[in-house]
Amino acid sequence: MLVPIKWLKEYIKLDVSAQELADAMTLTGTNAEGVTQIADDIKDVVVGRIIEIKQHPNADKLLTCNVDIGKETLQIVTGAPNVASGQYVPVAVNGALLPGGIRIKTGKLRGELSQGMLCSAEELGLERMGYMDDGVDGILVFDREYPLGMDIIDALELEDEVIDFEVTSNRPDCLSIVGIAREAAVTLGTIYREPQIALDKGIGNVEDEARVIVEDPHLCSRYCARVVKNVKIAPSPRWMRRRLAAAGVRPINNIVDITNYVMLEMGQPMHAFDIDKVANNTIMVRKARKEEKLITLDGQERNLTEDMLIIADPEKAIGIAGVMGGLNTEITSETTNIILESAKFDAGSVRLTSKALGLRSEASSRFEKDIDIVNVERAIDRAAQLIQLLDAGTVVEGKLDVCSGDLEPRIIETKWERINQLLGVELTADIISDILESLSFKAEVKGDLLKVTVPSYRQDVIGMADLAEEVARIYGYDKIPMTLMKNTIALGSRTREQTLTNRAKDVLAGMGLYEAITYSFVSPRIYGKIGFKPQEYPESVIIENPLGEDQSSMRTTLIPSILEVLSRNHSHRIHECKIFEISNIFIPKSKPMTDLPIERLTLCIGEYGSDLDFYSLKGQLEALFHVFGFSEEIEFEPQLHPTFHPGRTAGVMLAGQRLGILGQVHPNICQTYNLGDKVLLAELDFGLMLKKAKTEKQYTKLPKYPAVTRDLAIVVAKNVLAGKIEKTIRATGGQLLEKVELFDIYEGDQIPEGHRNLAYSLSYRALDRTLKDSDINHIHDGIIQALETKFGAQLRK
Amino acid sequence: MREMLEKIRNQALDSIRDAKQSDDLEAIRVKYLGKKGELTQILRGMGKLSPEERPVMGQLANKVRGDIESELSSKVREIEEMALAKRLREESIDVTLPGKRPSLGGLHPLTTVLNLITDVFLGMGFNVAEGPEVELDYYNFEALNIPRNHPARDTQDTFYINQNILLRTHTSPTQIRVMEKQSPPIKIIVPGRVYRSDAVDATHSPIFHQIEGLVVDENITMGDLKGVLDVFAKRMFGEKTRTRFRPHHFPFTEPSAEMDVSCVTCEGTGCRICSNTGWIEILGAGMVHPKVLEYGKIDPNRYSGFAFGMGLDRIANQIYGIDDIRLLYENDIRFLSQF
Repeated sequence: MLVPIKWLKEYIKLDVSAQELADAMTLTGTNAEGVTQIADDIKDVVVGRIIEIKQHPNADKLLTCNVDIGKETLQIVTGAPNVASGQYVPVAVNGALLPGGIRIKTGKLRGELSQGMLCSAEELGLERMGYMDDGVDGILVFDREYPLGMDIIDALELEDEVIDFEVTSNRPDCLSIVGIAREAAVTLGTIYREPQIALDKGIGNVEDEARVIVEDPHLCSRYCARVVKNVKIAPSPRWMRRRLAAAGVRPINNIVDITNYVMLEMGQPMHAFDIDKVANNTIMVRKARKEEKLITLDGQERNLTEDMLIIADPEKAIGIAGVMGGLNTEITSETTNIILESAKFDAGSVRLTSKALGLRSEASSRFEKDIDIVNVERAIDRAAQLIQLLDAGTVVEGKLDVCSGDLEPRIIETKWERINQLLGVELTADIISDILESLSFKAEVKGDLLKVTVPSYRQDVIGMADLAEEVARIYGYDKIPMTLMKNTIALGSRTREQTLTNRAKDVLAGMGLYEAITYSFVSPRIYGKIGFKPQEYPESVIIENPLGEDQSSMRTTLIPSILEVLSRNHSHRIHECKIFEISNIFIPKSKPMTDLPIERLTLCIGEYGSDLDFYSLKGQLEALFHVFGFSEEIEFEPQLHPTFHPGRTAGVMLAGQRLGILGQVHPNICQTYNLGDKVLLAELDFGLMLKKAKTEKQYTKLPKYPAVTRDLAIVVAKNVLAGKIEKTIRATGGQLLEKVELFDIYEGDQIPEGHRNLAYSLSYRALDRTLKDSDINHIHDGIIQALETKFGAQLRK
Repeated sequence: MREMLEKIRNQALDSIRDAKQSDDLEAIRVKYLGKKGELTQILRGMGKLSPEERPVMGQLANKVRGDIESELSSKVREIEEMALAKRLREESIDVTLPGKRPSLGGLHPLTTVLNLITDVFLGMGFNVAEGPEVELDYYNFEALNIPRNHPARDTQDTFYINQNILLRTHTSPTQIRVMEKQSPPIKIIVPGRVYRSDAVDATHSPIFHQIEGLVVDENITMGDLKGVLDVFAKRMFGEKTRTRFRPHHFPFTEPSAEMDVSCVTCEGTGCRICSNTGWIEILGAGMVHPKVLEYGKIDPNRYSGFAFGMGLDRIANQIYGIDDIRLLYENDIRFLSQF
């Protein structure tokens, strides 16, 4: 809401600067976003009088003028066709500044001295200040004789400041100059002067001139109309144009300007129809018919739907209620009779209509926040008053007022002490009621009860808490003493899952990985990019109104996001990149979605770099599993997955449940992401890890007796998995077998084709004695035998 | 014999002094003290001496042996020390060459800041709660006193899945979920990802992070709200930090406020960072709206509470001086490794 200070001063006594007002208002709840100085881009432009005009000796189209600016006479070269001796004109003198940062300097124009510039209204940017130059081609010629040498800022009274207030959605009353004035008066403790609305008696009787029929009172609780005859369409006076322009509304003509002026001044949107174009002089407020259309004032044809409230005459639509009027009843230079509208339309209905049409206006943004039903009538009277003041037409006596809404003020009763209790202050009943009275509430205190009558424009105030806020913001938020809650000694904590998640992140970071955070939505086609066939695409949660199709699908895997991050880093020529993310993936429970989806916390790791391979990634996971205390229950087995290298990928099982996958990325996918050939990736169900984590530690006694170590080297077929061999060794070794370590793998010379040599170091230990060879021999032999029979292994001696 | 012993001693000591390496010393030892050594030979001839001379000569011979042995061992030590000194000299390295750093990764700055903030609130007795990112319209809006067609819905441009399901626009729905399940006293913070359909630029991201706070108990006042958040600001931004509360409007709190903290860069005197105001807006807060308590199945006549919400991304950017929110989601290692 742009509020020009000069306009504001109409209603309050203001002794402080605009900036001080802005700062004070911010602290009572009307946040000021900034203060702008009007015309501060014009400097050293003064009033001058042309005393002599001569033809420029060297140029046919130029003239040389002698201009009296009071203290001296300047010679100025101009090309303006409209100059004449005796004119009072704006003169930019040497060093002057014009809008757009233009500097004027004394110089020679085609050999003749020019000590400044005669300015047009356009060059001075006066239009944005509501100043019209009547379309004259050439310099601005003043319509009166100002003192020579006077700064035009003073002469034209251009100086003003405008505060931009951010008005919250609960305070539509502050989308008006009087609303801001009321707040400013309370904030500064100064007097607020209500606009005095008084009309001269009109001619005839409105009942004979027009009719209003409200078919849908639910959506239009009040509709007031007045008729004005013999309208003389003309520009409105300079003071009104200047105020409108400063408030950000373009002046058009007296009638349109008056409707806009009343809206800005009082917060009530108004509209004027050319009544001669309204069939039967009858205004109807009704829902649009199926496939009804209307061309609005902006020239656009609008397709209306049956849930939209419109203004119509018996034959056709003439406006979209609360949003925009129709072109068919627009005020034009030929208009002679008008009907003025001031109404209250249902906030939700206006909001939906304006949203559906993609059409927002100053009017709709006020209606959709719910306007004051009492003000509807005052505003139309104010408009009629201004028409009389501007002599813009003859107001017909009386107004039409179809009102089904409740005009009774709201009354709130509460114990006043509750306000203190909520705020944590100790105000007396008098202070509380004084503050409320200053805000135009009526407040009565009877014992411990407070009875408050709410002004009609404060529909946002409903209960005790709202009153407390009114009291607090005027009393001053800064005066509420800071306290810390009593009776709360308990120390807070993270949940076990949150603590474990942090631990996992620390462990991963300690192993050289960086944590990434990526967007939760992806393209629905992303699965193709990671190697899925269309029939393999998973069901996902789809956003109805995404920013773009590329961001329309909630991810069911973190893999594409992580590959994207690797790819971006690779493109920056970063040689090694190790990252992880722990975030939710989203799995719909049903289609169409009736329930919230499953949100599964997922860990994804992605790495590339010269020293990394499948086993380095697997090692990192093993370390993490160790931290989570379930290493013993983890199993790896070869797995196929479209994103991964078919021979270098393992599924990970945790206590028989699928935990996830790790492996080297398929070369085709690497290529798609512009990555080198060796990219490693793992994705694990982190939620399951949290669930299965064993964080309780139990001490095991340190061994007193030495271990006996035996090496075991076997030759087996390459397709026998080391994991299975180790499992067999452990199972056969029993309790005395403490550790199994694979220390060498060898293929080549002396090893048969398709075979490999695996060398293990086995340590045996008993807790209660030193083991003898005789204790171990039969176990060790048993292991060898098991490997021979199960895998066809040959002992290598 | 006495002369012979003296001679042996002098010769031995001389040659020990002249010895250059441990091999020479060993040879000297063998020459004089070995089984066939000169001193040993002489001692063998002791038997020929008279009983009177024998102890005298024996003593002398033992002294000679002692002298040689001690000279030998001190020379051995000297040579060893020299050898060690030589080795150490040779082993010296250029200590200014770079070290071999273990590769260390790091947490995302958002995680780090979240942990900082969480720790402050844990210390004040808050617990950490979480809620779903894909949320019901009911929890995200209705139960927070934002009915359908309420203009406040415009300020939170929402991604919808369907009419009833959406991506949460704030962490506030978890307030209701917690109140439904737990009776007062309630003291929680709720960190999480939130979504708004803002196009991406330096200050907007369709995905960002919030931390919500909720306190509900008997006799909770707006003074408590100010006190708790002031402590938070001081712990987070330094003990000199001042806070300022401005009235504001949120549908789910009444009274509502925005909290500014004195600019960390200029300490409130005004600079580019705070647009010369001396203040930086950090969070929104307020007393829980009675209707919201009712939606949470809590009696507003008995209990009151306060709630607050802040943008984690903005605070992280503030702390680290990050000027573009997009950096947080690009995960450039050169960026991540700075924290």
